[in-house]
Amino acid sequence: MGKRRNVELMVGTFMALGLIALFFLAMHVSNLSLVTGGEGYLLNARFANVGSLKVRSPVTMAGVRIGRVESVRFDKATYEAVVSMRIDAEIDSIPEDTFANIFTSGLLGEQYIGLEPGGSPDYLRDGEEIANTQSALVLEQMIGQFLFKKAGESG
Amino acid sequence: MTSRAPIHEQDARPDQEPFVADPDVLVEIRGLSFRHGSRVILDNLDLDIRRSGVTAVMGPSGTGKTTLLKLITGQLRPDAGSIRVDGEEVTRLDRTALYRLRRRMGMLFQSGALLTDLSVFDNVAYPLREHTDLSPSMRRKLVLLKLEAVGLRGARDLMPSQLSGGMARRVALARAIALDPMMILYDEPFTGQDPISMGMLMALIRQLNDAAGLTSILVSHDVRETSSIADYLFVIHEGRVIACGTPAEIAADRSAWVRQFMDGLPDGPVPFHYPGPSLSDDLHSRASA
Amino acid sequence: MWLDSVAGLGRGVLTALERLGRAHLLLLAILLGVGEVLRRPRLLWEQIYNIGVLSLLIVGVSGLFVGMVLGLQGYYVLSQFGAEQSLGVMVAASLVRELGPVVTALLVAGRAGSALTAEIGLMKATEQLSGLEMMAVDPVRRILTPRFLGGLVAMPMLAAIFSAVGVLGGYFVGVGLLGIDDGAYWSQMRAKIDFEEDVVNGVVKSLVFGVFVTWIALFQGHDTVPTSEGVSRSTTRSVVHSALVVLGLDFVLTALMFGD
Repeated sequence: MGKRRNVELMVGTFMALGLIALFFLAMHVSNLSLVTGGEGYLLNARFANVGSLKVRSPVTMAGVRIGRVESVRFDKATYEAVVSMRIDAEIDSIPEDTFANIFTSGLLGEQYIGLEPGGSPDYLRDGEEIANTQSALVLEQMIGQFLFKKAGESG
Repeated sequence: MTSRAPIHEQDARPDQEPFVADPDVLVEIRGLSFRHGSRVILDNLDLDIRRSGVTAVMGPSGTGKTTLLKLITGQLRPDAGSIRVDGEEVTRLDRTALYRLRRRMGMLFQSGALLTDLSVFDNVAYPLREHTDLSPSMRRKLVLLKLEAVGLRGARDLMPSQLSGGMARRVALARAIALDPMMILYDEPFTGQDPISMGMLMALIRQLNDAAGLTSILVSHDVRETSSIADYLFVIHEGRVIACGTPAEIAADRSAWVRQFMDGLPDGPVPFHYPGPSLSDDLHSRASA
Repeated sequence: MWLDSVAGLGRGVLTALERLGRAHLLLLAILLGVGEVLRRPRLLWEQIYNIGVLSLLIVGVSGLFVGMVLGLQGYYVLSQFGAEQSLGVMVAASLVRELGPVVTALLVAGRAGSALTAEIGLMKATEQLSGLEMMAVDPVRRILTPRFLGGLVAMPMLAAIFSAVGVLGGYFVGVGLLGIDDGAYWSQMRAKIDFEEDVVNGVVKSLVFGVFVTWIALFQGHDTVPTSEGVSRSTTRSVVHSALVVLGLDFVLTALMFGD
C-alpha cells in the first residue's frame, strides 16, 4: 500500500513538474504572453516593396508593438504588395492619416512596420486601408545608389 | 485403444450447440498438422484425451509436445485439422470465446511463469482479481486454501525470485487451480527438479487430479516419473503417435523405436551419429583440401 | 554466385517487410487496449513512474549541461558580431525546437526504452506472457498498452523539463557568469520564440518521438527470440533503431514544420 501511494505521489510530482516546465516555456520563453490570439481588428496597407517583411512581423507605434502582420499578398492589377495587419483591440484610435513605414531593426535585423500617427480626428476601423505608406529600404539598392553617387562625385 | 469417433466438421461452428462425439472424451484431436516454416512439427495427428484421468504425451525433445499444448489452448493455430475441447472447436473460436474457454483450463509452464513483480500471494490471487468479483476477504481465504493445497501457505509473502524452481512450480500450480478449472496442462513438470521436489510434484499432480475430478494432460520426456503417475500414455515421434496405451501396455511394446525411447538406449532407430559422410571419407577429403 | 547475393538481398528485404508488418499489427493490438487501460488508470501511473519519473534525473541533468554549453558556445560566437544580447534567443530556439525533443528521446530510448525491451523480452523468455494468456488475460492489453501510453505521456513532459532546465542553464552561464544583461536575455527570447511555431511544434515532435521510441522498444521486446542471448540482442537493437528513427524523423518533422 505504501509503495503504491509513493508511486502516485512521484507521478503526481512528475506531471506537475512537466506542466510547470511547459507553462514556463509558454509564458517566459515564448511570446504567448504577448499574443492576443485572433482578437483585434485588421488594417490593410499597400507598399511598392515590402522587402523581407514576413507574416507575424511586429507592427509598432512609437516603438511599442501594437499588432502583427497577418498576411502579405501581391496585387496583380497594381503590382503592389498588400499587407494586412492585425491590431490589438484596445488600440482603437489610430488616425486615418497615419503613415506606415517598413523599418529594419538594426543594420541586418528583421523588418517590421512602424506606424506614425497623423492628426485626423477620424479613426481607422476594421478592414480599412492606410493610404500613406513608405516602402522598405533595400540594402542593395542603397549601396548601389551610394556607390553610383560616389563614382559621380569622383569622376 | 480409444474409440475413434467420426469427424463432424460441419458441426463445428462455434455459435452452434457443440457436438460431442463421445461424452467421455474431453479433448479430441483429428488430422492435426502444424508446420514451423518448412519444418513439419505435427503431421496429421489423431489423439483423444479422456475425462478425469492423467494422460501423458511423451516423446523426445523437439517432437512438438509443447506445440501440442499450445495448440490445445489456442495459443497457436494449426495448419490443418480440428481440436475440440469439451465440444468446442478451439481452432475456430474468436478471442472472447477462447478466453472464456481458457478460464476453465489451467496450465503449468516449465519455468512456472510467475509474474516476477508480484508476491506469491498476489500471483495466486491474480486470476481471481481478473475474473471474479469476490470480496477481498473471500479472495484471501481462497488463495490461502490453494496455497495450502500445494504446501506453500507459509511462503505467501515471498517474491518469486526467492523461490526454488520446485517451489515456483508449486505456486504456479496453485495459481493454475485458482479458478477451479476442468483440466490442467503440464508442460515438462519434472525437468530440472531434484528428487524431493520431483516426488512432491508427482504426488501433487495425482492428488489434485483425483481430489478435484480434473483432467490432467502432461507432456514430458521423463519416462519413469511419467509412467508411474499417468493413466494413459501417448508416445509421439516426428509429429505422429507411434504408440499409445496404459503404462503397462507401452512397457510391453516391442517396436524398436518405442524400446529405444522408453529404455533410453544410446543407439537404435535414432542413430548415435548425426547423418554425414563416413569418417574415413571426411578425414581424407579434409587432408586433400 | 551473384544470383545468391541477389537472393540474399531479396530475403533480407522480405524479412524486414515481415517484421514491419508484425510491428504494425502489434501497434494495432496495443491501441485496441487503450480503452481498457483508461478504465484502470493505476496501470498507467505505474508506467509513467517507470518511464517518466525514473528518467527525470538523467533528463534534468543533461538539460542543465546542454543549456550551459549552449550558453558558453553561443556567447563566443555571438560576441564576435556584437550580438551577445541574442544569446537567450539562440539557447531557447535550439532547445525548444531541436535539442529538447531529440536529446530527450535519445536519453529515454537509452534509459527507459532498453529497460522496456528487456522487461518484455524477459517476460516472454520466462513464459510470463504465455502465462497471462493462459489466465485469459491479454498480455498485449495488460502489459504493453499501459507502457505505450506511459511513454506517450512521459516523453513531452520530459522534453519540456529538458528545455526549461536548459534555458535556465543558459541563463546561469550567460547572465550569471558572462554578464549579459538579464532583461535582454529574456526579452529577446520572448520576442523571437513563437509559441505555436516553436513550443507547440517541439511538443508535437516529442509526442511523435514518444510514440516511436516506446513502440520500437515494445516491439523488440515482444518479438524477441526467447533466450537470454535473444533478449540482449533485442535490447541493443531497440536502442539503435530508436536512435536512428528519432534522428531521421527529426529531419522530416523539421522540414515539415519549419520548411517555409
